[in-house]
Amino acid sequence: MPEVDLRQQTVRDLNEALHRLSRQTNETDWQVLHPNGQHSLAVGIDAPVTVRIKGHVGYYCAGMNKDATVIIDGNAGVGCAENMMSGRVHVKGDVSQAAGATAQGGLLIVDGNASARCGISMKGADIVVKGNIGPMSAFMAQAGNLVVLGDAGEALGDSLYETRIFVRGAVKSLGADCVEKPMGEEEKAILSQVLELAGIADDVRPEAFRFYGSARRLYHFNVDHAEEY
Amino acid sequence: MSRTLPRFSATFDPYTISQIQRAAATGIYDIRGAGAKRKLPHFDDLLFLGASISRYPLEGYREKCGTNVVLGARFAKKPIELKIPITLAGMSFGALSANAKEALGLAATAMGTSTTTGDGGMTSEERQSSKTLVYQYLPSRYGMNPDDLRKADAIEVVIGQGAKPGGGGMLLGQKITPRVARMRVLPEGIDQRSACRHPDWTGPDDLEIKIGELREITDWEKPIYVKVGASRPYYDTALAVKSGADVVVLDGMQGGTAATQEVFIENVGLPILAAIRPAVQALQDLDMHRKVQLIVSGGIRTGADVAKALALGADAVAIGTAALIALGDNDPRHAAEYAELGTEPGAYDDWHEGNDPAGITTQRPELTARLDPETAGRRLRNYLSVLTLEAQTIARACGKSHVHNLEPEDLVALTVEAAAMAGVPLAGTNWIPGTPLG
Amino acid sequence: MCGIVGLFLKGKRLESELGALVAAMLETMSERGPDSAGFAVFGEGEDGRVKLTLRLVDVDADSVLADAAGVLGCGVCGQMRETHLVLSIPAEEEVKARFWAEGRPDLVLVGVGNRMELYKEVGAPADVARRFGLQAMSGTHAIGHTRMATESAVTTAGAHPFSTGKDQCLVHNGSLSNHNDLRRRLRRGGMRFETENDSEVAAAYLTSRMAGGLSLGQALEAGLGELDGFYTFVCGTAGGFAVLRDPISCKPAVMAETDDYVAFGSEYRALVPLPDIESARVFEPEPAHVYAWERH
Repeated sequence: MPEVDLRQQTVRDLNEALHRLSRQTNETDWQVLHPNGQHSLAVGIDAPVTVRIKGHVGYYCAGMNKDATVIIDGNAGVGCAENMMSGRVHVKGDVSQAAGATAQGGLLIVDGNASARCGISMKGADIVVKGNIGPMSAFMAQAGNLVVLGDAGEALGDSLYETRIFVRGAVKSLGADCVEKPMGEEEKAILSQVLELAGIADDVRPEAFRFYGSARRLYHFNVDHAEEY
Repeated sequence: MSRTLPRFSATFDPYTISQIQRAAATGIYDIRGAGAKRKLPHFDDLLFLGASISRYPLEGYREKCGTNVVLGARFAKKPIELKIPITLAGMSFGALSANAKEALGLAATAMGTSTTTGDGGMTSEERQSSKTLVYQYLPSRYGMNPDDLRKADAIEVVIGQGAKPGGGGMLLGQKITPRVARMRVLPEGIDQRSACRHPDWTGPDDLEIKIGELREITDWEKPIYVKVGASRPYYDTALAVKSGADVVVLDGMQGGTAATQEVFIENVGLPILAAIRPAVQALQDLDMHRKVQLIVSGGIRTGADVAKALALGADAVAIGTAALIALGDNDPRHAAEYAELGTEPGAYDDWHEGNDPAGITTQRPELTARLDPETAGRRLRNYLSVLTLEAQTIARACGKSHVHNLEPEDLVALTVEAAAMAGVPLAGTNWIPGTPLG
Repeated sequence: MCGIVGLFLKGKRLESELGALVAAMLETMSERGPDSAGFAVFGEGEDGRVKLTLRLVDVDADSVLADAAGVLGCGVCGQMRETHLVLSIPAEEEVKARFWAEGRPDLVLVGVGNRMELYKEVGAPADVARRFGLQAMSGTHAIGHTRMATESAVTTAGAHPFSTGKDQCLVHNGSLSNHNDLRRRLRRGGMRFETENDSEVAAAYLTSRMAGGLSLGQALEAGLGELDGFYTFVCGTAGGFAVLRDPISCKPAVMAETDDYVAFGSEYRALVPLPDIESARVFEPEPAHVYAWERH
């Protein structure tokens, strides 16, 4: 198994090695040691490999990931898995702000808590947070699913487009144009599928969640809603 | 005569009255395209001092006057070299039709310069038609895709634009066609509200990390530009440099936009004339002038404007509105159709409505079909040639064998305002009003 | 725009290592703030005495000390560190000493306190820490800052921390949008300003509210309504340590708490040098929520 020790090698060495991999590579299991909160680790991967990072990471870990599985045995900094296209990013600890920002595909799993703006402008990814999420999460979120097993902070789903938000715990407040909606069979099926993907379908029932979506009142400007702009 | 003539107020002039009436009728701020339309201090108020006895000019047509510019040699493994110091500013597919984007690419490629994507991502037509393509990285991240990032020749991190520093964009429902909607992952036909801040970073300390990520993803190959709207150009330029930019793009308030509030366009930001010297000063203070390149934009129309911008210290200029006009925007042959839209050739700015008779700022198939990319591209190519020849003419007259050798000392100002803003003496005097920057 | 670090020790165990830990934390934040750096350390305080941290501008320490002794009488002693002289004087001489220091153009009063010493300089953070000997300092808590100047000059005076009251200091990451008006208001209220820096206004605002009887935590709470723009603040007082982020939590912040300490960093990297960090409770401070710790 290829191993990169970031006490001996640089972030550049790591990313260069990962970028050199062809999609048919046999070197599919990578281990990264001593990340010590460094930024931009395992970014821009474009191959179906698994990278396990043993420790806490800084900003933008696994940014723009395609097809890779990145596992972080620790906490992740700002913008973890930002603009992910596909693949899977699993953070065993907490994530900082803007986790999964603008992510277009793939699955981000956070075992701990996510702080502010989780899933901001997300564009199609699935994000599963087992703990709580911070304020302004799913701000301007466009597509995909945000699933939260714990509680959500203030202004959830502000200026939401079509992302589906499922929260099992309490929601401190909803942002402009975000409303609770009845969970229909379609949403329940989608939620079940995401829980299944995240490997927690056996422990977590879809019925325990409440479903939030866009009221679509900001889709066309109306002077009587001006205070929400 | 027993009565005076009817008299309009200078304060409540007819246009202002129509603004109030429109606001009262609709309840929504006025949205339009293009840049500031008010009279602003501009390059017109500067003149070049040609050579005569104390200095010698170069012979036009025979003696060489270079126009090439290298962008991104500071950190990028693959810097860009443009043959002319005039690039095409970011304009999105969505704001513009696919044919218009293709025409831009054809003209730029023929002239050896670059085009720039816009909010909404890269189209395959665009990548194909433009040899050197700058990929914008915007707050909305519409269509943001690592494959396109890797396909680009340079990356432009957009923090603001001259028409609206500090504001986000807007694209009204009429232009969110199925293809535009799919590229941006938005429902069809809705009003798109764009963010004004990037979702995952704020400020120069984070920007440095973000630039680091973009460099890592693209293996340090591509030049990274940082684009700002002109508001505090000294600080913004210095901070872009400290954050690791290869190129700073500075857009003055005359710079166009696809759709923004009129109040924003006309009241926020600096005219480009006032913004260049502070930005250059910041580069000089950091010993980065000509090492980090400065591209300026916002109201560039002629080769004289190009030469003046370069003399004030820019490395290149970018054009947007002028390029659209060259393609055929606001052409008098559409006069009847402009009249139906309540406007006339030369004044049409409702680019956001998607009804452009010229087929440029629209997605309606029957309109876009009117613009032939080859013909329109040829017109833009002609225009770019003229800009270049004009800038060379002036540079030769000032005795320069390269347009980059123009200096502020080659200029004088016709007005006190222009003298202060450009930091050059009032014509016929040695007086430069104002205080030094920095 | 900057990097911030802070370390508040809950008990005596790590006090002798305070400077070494904060120096290591500060160095990791160099990229966030390459222009200048500074730190305030709350060390040993002597009853009945006050420390003035003075920055010397082209003058030697001996002549300053001699002049101080002449003006303030006996009982004046000082320790020179690089460009800064920490003058220890009897508490009752404080007003006279301030007057004396302000009267000399070659002295800049950086901070005053019974326990606080404050050092800041232009240059790379690691160099600044080394030149002042932060490594060897001990104490109960310290805050540090690495600066990337935004709109004010890269000068020593513009470096953080800012101290506008006795044993009070503040570091800031972000930018305030109403500091000019607030500065004018505070000036009318008698506050004095050394710089055009927005962060100094935040420090002076807190000082003025604390002078009005509020605790550090309460003053920060009040600041939520009056300071506009973006900020992450870390503040120190003689016995206190507090953190506040703006309601949008624009700038990054991460904290770690163990039985021994509370630590703050702009990024997790800054916390890596701390002992037992692997087992610490690592969390992000919530926006618009005041976190305050006291030690007596």
